[in-house]
Amino acid sequence: MPPSPPAAPVHEPDSFRHIVRLERVDMTFGRVQALSQIDFEVGRNEIVGLIGDNGAGKSTLIKIISGVLRPTAGTVWVRDKRVDPSGYSVRRAHDLRIETVHQAQSLAEKQPLWRNLFVGRQIVGRFGFIDVKQEKAIADQLLRQAIGFRGHGITAESTVSDLSGGERQGIAIARAMHFRADLIVLDEPTTALAVSEVRKVLAFIEGVKTAGRACIYIEHNLAHVHEVADRLVILDRGRVVRDIKQGEMTLAELTSQMVALHEERGDARA
Amino acid sequence: MPGRESSCARLLRVEGLPITAVLLILVALFMLIAPEVFLSYRIYMSFLANVPPLLVLAAGLTLLIAAGEIDLSFPSIVALSGWVLAYFIHDLHAPWLGLVLALAAGTFVGWLNGILVARVGIPSIIATLATQFLWGGLTTVFSQGLSYSLADIDELFVWTLFVGRIGPLPVQCLWALGLTVCLWFVLNRRRFGEHLLFIGDNVKVAEIVGVNTRREKTRAFALMGFLAAFASVLLTLENQNFFNTQGAGYLLEVMAAVFIGGTSVFGGRASLVGTVAGSFIIIMVEAGIVATGLQGFWVRAVVGVVFLAAVVGHLLIQGPEKARTRLRSLRGRFGLNQGDRT
Repeated sequence: MPPSPPAAPVHEPDSFRHIVRLERVDMTFGRVQALSQIDFEVGRNEIVGLIGDNGAGKSTLIKIISGVLRPTAGTVWVRDKRVDPSGYSVRRAHDLRIETVHQAQSLAEKQPLWRNLFVGRQIVGRFGFIDVKQEKAIADQLLRQAIGFRGHGITAESTVSDLSGGERQGIAIARAMHFRADLIVLDEPTTALAVSEVRKVLAFIEGVKTAGRACIYIEHNLAHVHEVADRLVILDRGRVVRDIKQGEMTLAELTSQMVALHEERGDARA
Repeated sequence: MPGRESSCARLLRVEGLPITAVLLILVALFMLIAPEVFLSYRIYMSFLANVPPLLVLAAGLTLLIAAGEIDLSFPSIVALSGWVLAYFIHDLHAPWLGLVLALAAGTFVGWLNGILVARVGIPSIIATLATQFLWGGLTTVFSQGLSYSLADIDELFVWTLFVGRIGPLPVQCLWALGLTVCLWFVLNRRRFGEHLLFIGDNVKVAEIVGVNTRREKTRAFALMGFLAAFASVLLTLENQNFFNTQGAGYLLEVMAAVFIGGTSVFGGRASLVGTVAGSFIIIMVEAGIVATGLQGFWVRAVVGVVFLAAVVGHLLIQGPEKARTRLRSLRGRFGLNQGDRT
């Protein structure tokens, strides 16, 4: 693996239209076709809601975007530049300022929070030693602002296993926020959260929009995505079946559309 | 007194402190029972000569276990590297070349272990069980089953450098200590070490946060190979001989030292300070029991008791809440729940 280059100067105003674009992407796991012929793009300042049933391929799609999985076929473009699939990885995605909050399992249970926040992007001194002091200081600062915390003795030293589900989600989001993503991918970020915390996540997504950045938002709760997304993309059985602009469909229509898809799927199975 | 309790809890969390306390208690105990042996410095110099190979091996294994992997082949790497060194000294009179090649050979076969585990995908317990036979078998073939006596190597500078004496102090203890300190920094302050901890904690998380898990695992096995070779150099030079089952007795002792030290068998958590204490406990119990006049037959039984006590102690320290609930459920079972403060 080639050493990752220093973070490229990525802020060239108006030099790109799409922060990320997939062209005819296929993904197969053995004999299972998880994604087929996916065309999908996210504008530079666009909130895209990604919806679909379990197994529709949402998580697979974002794993390709975040560099965890390499697509079987197709092309990926970041900032209108084609990315070399062999060089694309989580690290590369980070360098390109793409941050992902995965549905579950993006924090290591037994490790302290400060390690979880910086792993893969450690702050190191001149001789390659991790600057623990600085990492802890920043971590403590992030904790004070993080979603899902009520300030009860959780510090940078606490291990993830001490945290509630909402707090874990908050840490994962705080991590993505800290690294100032141009594209932030949220995979069901509200699952473990209380109602008041959900509002904070939605406010955070709106903040991403105002800051001129982009977001892919995966959510089961249609009301939430409908509220914040500029555009909704519906995935079904590994294909993009609808692409809906904001205002084109009311929440009720969207819901019946999803129910119809669900039933059609049941029919197909029967 | 919440303030006091929290400072007590903080003390327990200082790396390796509880097990170091156990080590000191054992020393005190032996001093009481066998003062003529344990109040003289000689016994400690003998420990410092005998602990280093064990410690170097245990420190390396600590890193691997932190990454959720295991190496059962290191005793055979000890034998293989020992043969390389002995052959070059004994037959070719080229001790320095022998030293370099012994270390290289150990690193290379360790790297091969890593390839088998990380690239081919064989679980490490199986892969290294197999290579334990392979490297050991090759050593027997190379050495034709012969032992080498290296009686006069104490005239060589290699010998003085690695296992000589400064006054009564065996030099190898400085090497082992230095290496362990380096490894502590590698584990706790370098990216590589942090990556190993994350791999051992949850390999899927490690991949998601961008750790190249295959490369890091391969490097960890290569490092273990290098350390096994280094332990072998210390052992061969100190004993001034080579035999082809050299190192075989270390497998269980090294694992015991690591676990007594508080490293989690489940990965993701490791204590090198604990490993140092664990290594001394293993060697000391052996010597101590003989010195106290108990028959040597007792050694393994006592090691077993200390081992179990240490593991239970670590469980209590790492999860006081869990341990408390367990205790409470026990008390409930025996009808002692009255007056329980919650």
